[in-house]
Amino acid sequence: MRGRSLGSFSWDRFTPFLLIAPSIVLIVIFVYGFIGYTAFVSTTTWYGIAPDYTSAGLSQYVDLFGLPRFQADISNTIEFTVLFLAACILLGFGSAVLLDQHVRGTIFFQNIFLFPLAISFVVTGTVWRWIFNPNFGINLLLDDVHLGFLKSPWLADTRTALFGLVIAATWQMSGFCMAMFLAGLRAIPDELREAARVDGATEGRLFLHVILPLMRPITLSAVIILGHISLKIFDLVYVMTFGGPGFATDMPNLYGRGAAIAMVLLFMVALLIVPYLVWSLRQEVER
Amino acid sequence: MSAVRAVAGRRAFRVSRLVTYALLLVVAVFYLLPIYVIVATALKSFIEVSHTTPWQLPTAPSLSSFTDALSTLSPSFINSILLVAPATILSALLGSLNGYVLSKWRFRGADLVFTLLLFGMFIPYQSILLPLVLVLQKLQLYGGIPGLVLTHVVYGIPITTLIFRNYYAAVPSELIEAARIDGASVLGVYRHVLLPISMPGFVVVLIWQFTSIWNEFLFAVTLTLPDQWPITVALNGLAGSLLAHYEIQMAGALLTALPPLVIYVVLGRYFIRGLLAGALKG
Repeated sequence: MRGRSLGSFSWDRFTPFLLIAPSIVLIVIFVYGFIGYTAFVSTTTWYGIAPDYTSAGLSQYVDLFGLPRFQADISNTIEFTVLFLAACILLGFGSAVLLDQHVRGTIFFQNIFLFPLAISFVVTGTVWRWIFNPNFGINLLLDDVHLGFLKSPWLADTRTALFGLVIAATWQMSGFCMAMFLAGLRAIPDELREAARVDGATEGRLFLHVILPLMRPITLSAVIILGHISLKIFDLVYVMTFGGPGFATDMPNLYGRGAAIAMVLLFMVALLIVPYLVWSLRQEVER
Repeated sequence: MSAVRAVAGRRAFRVSRLVTYALLLVVAVFYLLPIYVIVATALKSFIEVSHTTPWQLPTAPSLSSFTDALSTLSPSFINSILLVAPATILSALLGSLNGYVLSKWRFRGADLVFTLLLFGMFIPYQSILLPLVLVLQKLQLYGGIPGLVLTHVVYGIPITTLIFRNYYAAVPSELIEAARIDGASVLGVYRHVLLPISMPGFVVVLIWQFTSIWNEFLFAVTLTLPDQWPITVALNGLAGSLLAHYEIQMAGALLTALPPLVIYVVLGRYFIRGLLAGALKG
């Protein structure tokens, strides 16, 4: 529908633009302008408090990728993201399938699975740091239930700290996957299941060949949404470990505020998000 | 795991039900465990915390750790309220206006504008932090709550616009055309046709913004000075200064989580809608 003035003021056709102009100006400055500025700073020698715009070309990036600590950061981030996504999708899909069985108390369980999403990462970090305390926390519980072999130094050891973070982040975010998959499962028409059964499909085959393929677009959305959250997971790491021990859980955003690091991070997020946005823009246009 | 087959007997039906419940309970324990630990620890004394496990119930429950936590956190609790109230309302209003224009006045390139706005919701804020600090310093807004309000309003625009745009898209265009024929202006249509039916949209957006801003940490920790700290920064500070006092940390964590949890319990339905809006298709 087009803005046409029907007897009202002639400037009325410009009102829509005036209404969104403030937001557009703000976003152009605060998102695109600021990113441009950060990108510019990443090509200067600025070091210390006073701005210094001497050009450094791409040397910041070259130096960065040569640092063992930064290489460790990148591989930690990727390892964390893969484990976190896998855990969220498995747990989220598993609980969605359970909740889709029309059992009593579905709403009750659904609320329990979703409430961590309403909590701050800072709270989550504070609580799980206590649970993972090697002398008091979960290790003693594992002893009590005769699973002592699972005991570990958790956040205090470079090899296990990342798992501790994955568990805490999964606790917080997996409900999101559950909600997405549950919405997807409920959108499958009963006729489709019936038709497959009439054709003689067993429940297992129905699940494998009808239901799972229908979950593919949802899984993709979940990977994109949780993936970009995972790349940006500054709060939780900061609260739980401060990047320690050593720098095993340290991720680029924690590692200084260098503009170059921020740009690398932005690039990683954009790699995930831009195709998604372009795809949904195309869908809009087709509609 | 699989749905019950029509031919299956009652016995198989019961067994699969039991397995479903058992698995649901196991998952529920995983989600509830940290809450149990928070409450059990917060009710203990410092001495009891240091020689019992987080799983043991307190022998003599006391609320003294809550008074301790509250005495440190109460100024920042107020700061958070002063931050969340204006930031939530302003970003909701902007989102509502944008959503109206982008769904009902689809000018050439409206979808592109919308997509460019949306991108702002996904960026890692580390990539805008340095210029943001410089600009806020120039505007004399660095270090306090007003600067943080401005920040949250601006970076809240994409998600609030998205939710309202999806919400208004469901309003039939005939309603708007009828009002136009009756002589209503663009703003008139918004005020007399859309605003009166916007309540559910506002509830979703207000809850979503309230929760995200209350819980936010990165902007809060970089843009405010200690006497203006919102609650998440203060909680982190408390955990750092009272390292061994887990009972006070847990009481503080509970106080920090309380407002969003209350909202979740009372208005959870709307919270989930906001949550799924982040996946673009509301």
